[in-house]
Amino acid sequence: MSSPFSINGGACVAMVGKDCVAIACDLRLGLQALTVSNNFPKVFQYGDNVFLGLTGLATDVSTVSDLFRYKVNMYRLREERHIAPRTFANLVSSSLYERRFGPYFVSPVVAGLDPTTGAPFICGFDSIGCIDFAKDFIVSGTATEQLFGMCESLWEPDLGPDALFETISQSLLNAVDRDALSGWGAHVYIIEKDKVTKRLLKGRQD
Amino acid sequence: MAAMFSQNPLMNGPNYSINDAPRVNAPEGAREHRFDPYTDNGGSTLAIAGAKFAILAGDTRLTSGYSINSRHHPKLFKIGGTTADQKDATIVLSVVGFAADGEALKERLDTICKMYRYRHGKPMSVKACAQRLSTILYQKRFFPYYAHAILGGLDEEGQGAVYSYDPVGSYEREQCRAGGAAASLIMPFLDNQVNFKNQYIPNSGEGHALQERERRPLARDEVEVLVKDAFDGAVERHIEVGDGLQMMIITQDGIEEILLPLKKD
Amino acid sequence: MPGFDFSNYNRNAALHARGVPLPKATSTGTTIVGCIYEGGVVIAADTRATSGPIVADKNCEKLHYIASNIWCAGAGTAADTEFTTALISSQLELHALSTGRKARVVTCMTMLKQHLFRYQGHIGAYLVVAGVDPTGTHLFTVHAHGSTDKLPYVTMGSGSLAAMSVFETQWKASLTRDEAVKLCADAIEAGIWNDLGSGSNVDVAVITADKTTLMRNYIKPNERTQKLRSYAFPKGTTAVLNEKIIRKADLGNFVSVHELTEENDDKMEVDT
Repeated sequence: MSSPFSINGGACVAMVGKDCVAIACDLRLGLQALTVSNNFPKVFQYGDNVFLGLTGLATDVSTVSDLFRYKVNMYRLREERHIAPRTFANLVSSSLYERRFGPYFVSPVVAGLDPTTGAPFICGFDSIGCIDFAKDFIVSGTATEQLFGMCESLWEPDLGPDALFETISQSLLNAVDRDALSGWGAHVYIIEKDKVTKRLLKGRQD
Repeated sequence: MAAMFSQNPLMNGPNYSINDAPRVNAPEGAREHRFDPYTDNGGSTLAIAGAKFAILAGDTRLTSGYSINSRHHPKLFKIGGTTADQKDATIVLSVVGFAADGEALKERLDTICKMYRYRHGKPMSVKACAQRLSTILYQKRFFPYYAHAILGGLDEEGQGAVYSYDPVGSYEREQCRAGGAAASLIMPFLDNQVNFKNQYIPNSGEGHALQERERRPLARDEVEVLVKDAFDGAVERHIEVGDGLQMMIITQDGIEEILLPLKKD
Repeated sequence: MPGFDFSNYNRNAALHARGVPLPKATSTGTTIVGCIYEGGVVIAADTRATSGPIVADKNCEKLHYIASNIWCAGAGTAADTEFTTALISSQLELHALSTGRKARVVTCMTMLKQHLFRYQGHIGAYLVVAGVDPTGTHLFTVHAHGSTDKLPYVTMGSGSLAAMSVFETQWKASLTRDEAVKLCADAIEAGIWNDLGSGSNVDVAVITADKTTLMRNYIKPNERTQKLRSYAFPKGTTAVLNEKIIRKADLGNFVSVHELTEENDDKMEVDT
C-alpha cells in the first residue's frame, strides 16, 4: 500500500511578491492512478487575507480544513477580531503537533498579508507541525520536487501582482505536468492589500 | 519517526554492500545474509539537443548516504575516439546512478565503438551507437547496470541528437532530458524553457482559443545559460547535487569541455 | 501539560500494519556543537532542514531560547526539538517564578531528560543544552532516549563526526571567547561542507554570566549565485479560463463591514 500522502495526489505552492502574495493549487482528486474528480480545490480562505493550502490524504484535507474553519470562527468570536496569518500559522502548528503520535496526513501551506503592516507572509509545515518560514516560496504535495525545481529557477524577488501570477502559474502548471498524481486544472489566488484575485487556469486534462 | 534522525545516517542508507544485519521478525538467533550489489551515488545529468550542437552536463559530486566520496568525479565521457585521450571522439555518454556500473558501461561502449572504427575504418554514427547501447543494457536484463544513461552527438544531418535510456535499454531520441537524483527538479524547468510548455502568446485569443507559443531552436549561449541556472536551482534544493558542473558541447568542430564551480555545501 | 491527542493513533497504526509507511517529518540532518571557554559557553548550529534528500528550509533556526541565560541547539525531528524546547522553556520560567531564583542549567537538562525518557525515544529530539547560572558555566547533551552527557566540548547530529574532528584536533583547555567562537564556527563549517545533511549558514550563541549574544547567520558561506537571466514572463503568458476579483471595497455588498470610529485609547494592543 502506498503512502497516505500519495494516494489522492495534489500539489500546492505559495509565493511572495512585492506587497502581495500568491497561493495556488491543482484540482485533481484521485485514488492511486484513477482520477475521481477534477474539481477538488486545496486552498481555503480563513479571513480577508488568510489562506491555507492543504495537500495529502483527501479525507484529512477535508477534516483539517473544517477543523480550522471551526477554530478560526471560535477565535473570531472570543477575540472579536480577524486572525492574522502569523497567529493562524501558530494555530496550525500547535494543532498538528497535538497529534504528534497520530498525525493528520497533510502538508499545509499558509499565505497572507499581515493585517497591520501589509507585509507578505508565507510558511509551510510538515504533518506534525514543524513550521518552515520562507522569504521566497513554499511548496507541498506529490509534486514537491518538481515545484522546488521550478520555483528555485523561476522565482525572483519583488515581483508585482501580474508578474507573480505568471511565475506561480507557470511553476505550478509545469510541475504538475511532470507528476502523474497532480494536475487537471489549477486555482491561483493573488492576494493584495485591497483585493484578492482568484483565477482558474487552463491546464492539461490528463 | 525516530528513524528519521540518524546520528549515524549510514545505518539507514543503502551503504553496505554486504548486509548481515539481524532481521527484525526473524526467529531467535537467525541471521539473514544478503548481497546488496548496488549503491546510489547521487548526482544529476542533463542533455539538450540544439540545431547544430548538443550539450550534455552533469555535476561532479559522488555521494553515498550523507557522505561525499569525491567532489571531482565526472559523469560525462567521450566515446569512440581513436586514442585513450579521446581527442577525436564525436559522441558523449553521460551516466548517473551507481557510479561503478556507469564506469563499466562507459568502458563497454567505448571498446565497442573503438572496435567498430578499427573494423570499418570510420567512426560509429550516433544512431548506431545509440542502438548498440540499448543492446548492451538489455543484455543484462536480469542483473542490470544500475544507471540512467544519456547519449549525445550529431546525427547524419549535423543536427544535435540526444538519446535517453532506462536501466534495461528502453530508449528514445529526445529534444532534452534530465537524469539522476535531481531529474524531477530539472525536467519541468526544461519543458517550460526549452519546449515552451504551458506558454501562450499574450492576447492571441480568449481562454481555450489562446495560441501556444511557437517552439524555436535555441542558440548555444542560451542553452548554456539554461543548463547553469537549472543546476544552480537543483544544487539549492537537492543535497546530493553540487561541487562542480561539467559541460560538454558537441559541434561540427569537435567536443568542447567546460568546468564551472557549483556550491559545495 | 495537556498532553498529546492520540485519537488518530489507532487509525494510523492499522494503516501502518497494512504496510503504509510512516509520514516523512522534516528532519534537521544537522550539525550542532557546543564548547565551554573561560567565562562562558558557546553553542553553534548550521541552518539546513531536510526532508529526505530535499532541502526543506535553507535558513532555519536551530538555536532555541530556553531562558535568557540558557539556550539549546536541536537536532533530530524538527517539530520535536521546537516543541520540546518551548515546553521546557515555559515550565522553567514558571519554576523560576515560583522559586524566585534564576533557572539553573541542570534543572533544564533534568526536565528535558525526564520528558524525553517518558516518551522512550519516540520524541526525536537530540539537544545540546548550554547556559550560565549562579553555580557556573554548563554544557550538556541530551539524547532522545533520555541519556545525558556533561563535557567541555560536544557535537551532535549527522555532521557530529565532521565537527568532532575539528574539536579533537584544535580544542585546548582555557580558550578565550573569540577562540571558542572561531572553534565552534569551524566545527559547524566542517559539517556544512562534508556532511550532506548539513548546509547553508552558521548560527552562533555566546552565553556569559551577564548576557547572551545570539549571532544569527554569523557566517554565510553559501549565498546563492546570481541567476544568469531573468525568467519573468510577459503578462498574459498563462491561459486563464475564469477570473474573479474580490475587492475589500465591494465586500460590503455581502456582509456589513464597520470601521471602528472611536479613538484608539481603549483599543487592545494586538498582533505586534
